[in-house]
Amino acid sequence: MSDLAWIETALTGSRPQAMGALLRYFRDLDRAEEAFQEACLRALKTWPVNGPPRDPAAWLIFVGRNAAIDQVRRGSRTTGLPPDNVISELDDAEADMVERLDDSQYRDDILRLMFICCHPDLPATQQVALALRIVSGLTVREIASAFLVNEKAMEQRITRAKRRITAANVPFGAPGAAERAERLGAVGAMIYLIFNEGYSASGGEAPVREPLCEEAIRLARLLLRLFPAEPEIMGLLALMLLQHARTPARLDADGNIVLLEDQNRALWSNDKIAEGIALAEKAMRHRVPGPYQVQAAIAAVHARAAKAEDTDWSEIELLYKALERMQPSPVVTLNRAVAVFKTDGAQPALALIEPLGERLSSYFYFHGLRGALLKELGRDAEARDSFDRAIALARTPAEASHIRQQLDRLAGSTGRAR
Amino acid sequence: MLYAILCYNDEDAVMSWSKAEDEAVLAKRKRVAREWVDKGKMGPAIRLVPTTGATTIRASGNEQLVLDGPFAETKEQLLGLYIVDGDNLEEVIAFAKRLKDGEAGTFEIRALRVFEKGALPETADVKS
Repeated sequence: MSDLAWIETALTGSRPQAMGALLRYFRDLDRAEEAFQEACLRALKTWPVNGPPRDPAAWLIFVGRNAAIDQVRRGSRTTGLPPDNVISELDDAEADMVERLDDSQYRDDILRLMFICCHPDLPATQQVALALRIVSGLTVREIASAFLVNEKAMEQRITRAKRRITAANVPFGAPGAAERAERLGAVGAMIYLIFNEGYSASGGEAPVREPLCEEAIRLARLLLRLFPAEPEIMGLLALMLLQHARTPARLDADGNIVLLEDQNRALWSNDKIAEGIALAEKAMRHRVPGPYQVQAAIAAVHARAAKAEDTDWSEIELLYKALERMQPSPVVTLNRAVAVFKTDGAQPALALIEPLGERLSSYFYFHGLRGALLKELGRDAEARDSFDRAIALARTPAEASHIRQQLDRLAGSTGRAR
Repeated sequence: MLYAILCYNDEDAVMSWSKAEDEAVLAKRKRVAREWVDKGKMGPAIRLVPTTGATTIRASGNEQLVLDGPFAETKEQLLGLYIVDGDNLEEVIAFAKRLKDGEAGTFEIRALRVFEKGALPETADVKS
């Protein structure tokens, strides 16, 4: 590790806690961010000389708060007194400066910081962008490149999102139990959005953007450390770890998607699988099943199969059935159909997905699976039709090329010249 | 005599290592450990999953309570361990120092006795 790498590690690690506390003091995102920036600058100057503080987050909160208070006071001489809510809680600032805030307060601070990023008015992509900026501290340029848009557009997107949440007035008191549970649910969903943004890119050439997956996993770990007995957060972290474990095997040398059953399982990360299975099992002990836990259990069945043929498809079918009850959706049914195909054959699987045609008419995977089932049943002309529609809906070159291969095989089997 | 070398470090710091850093540390450890593998003095090397995956059993009155999370909230966590067969403590200390070379964190050396050799097959891992 280089000489100053530990400072960057400490600053990144302390960011959610410090930003969360500064937001509680100032009740204003921009002011909290400025205070945190200022504290980081001072850390870069003093830490290399004095060594690391015992509690870096507490140091950053203390220094950032004082710097911002100074600024408010300096500003007040020229612009008059700021409104009361801007300097809320400053009275007691001196009092609790010395004593460390207790963990439960930090916990709610970080949860609030994450929660304001997932306001229901914000579209999913804005939630993700805002969280990466505010909670993770990525630069606008880094976020822009992750989303494959230019920096200016991303800057605007984030500014708009901030304005919207300022107007939304998130309460700053300590949340009650029900409110806390609600916030946890929303934050979990937002973290999974970040993960999926990385795992299945919504456009562009790079089908997997690993740093986003890893950031989502880091945030889920942080959340679980704050709320160690929440089975759905365990399930969420387990799910992401088990999916991300497959990343090294998901693309071939040409960047094409390799289907789960064709992946070289020796490339899967056993570290992530072990952690994912441990968390999934731990969650299940609580006997409060939820969608993340069930999805993690499904991913664990795949992870445990040393070879694709060893996959316990009837267990997967049962789990998808459970997921269908918790979270009815045509996409879940579509996934269950894959398991039905493996256990009972193409006919019952096709019967299961035909009623979904209308709702999934613009869904790539629906036409891909339907084509594969029809091909299996020897209905080649209809299969070709489905594959053509799938290609038209493919969002990445890898998706399109995967279907094209199936079409080619179809053409080969019917002896059609290419 | 058998010894355990228990490896403690700040989990957050270790988890924020880049892939390159992580691989460099593992490669160095492997290089040093190799010497003792060749001498037949090296037992298993074990990496524990992060503490968020830990479960703790603690007595409360007559009951054994099962709790989520690690045994203790400390600044450094037990992240992994080695089992080695050393001639004496001095030799194990010298070996552990080389294993740890360039790393932060703490290694604790504890002599141990094996009660049961157990029946785990060599291949026991996450796959069924």
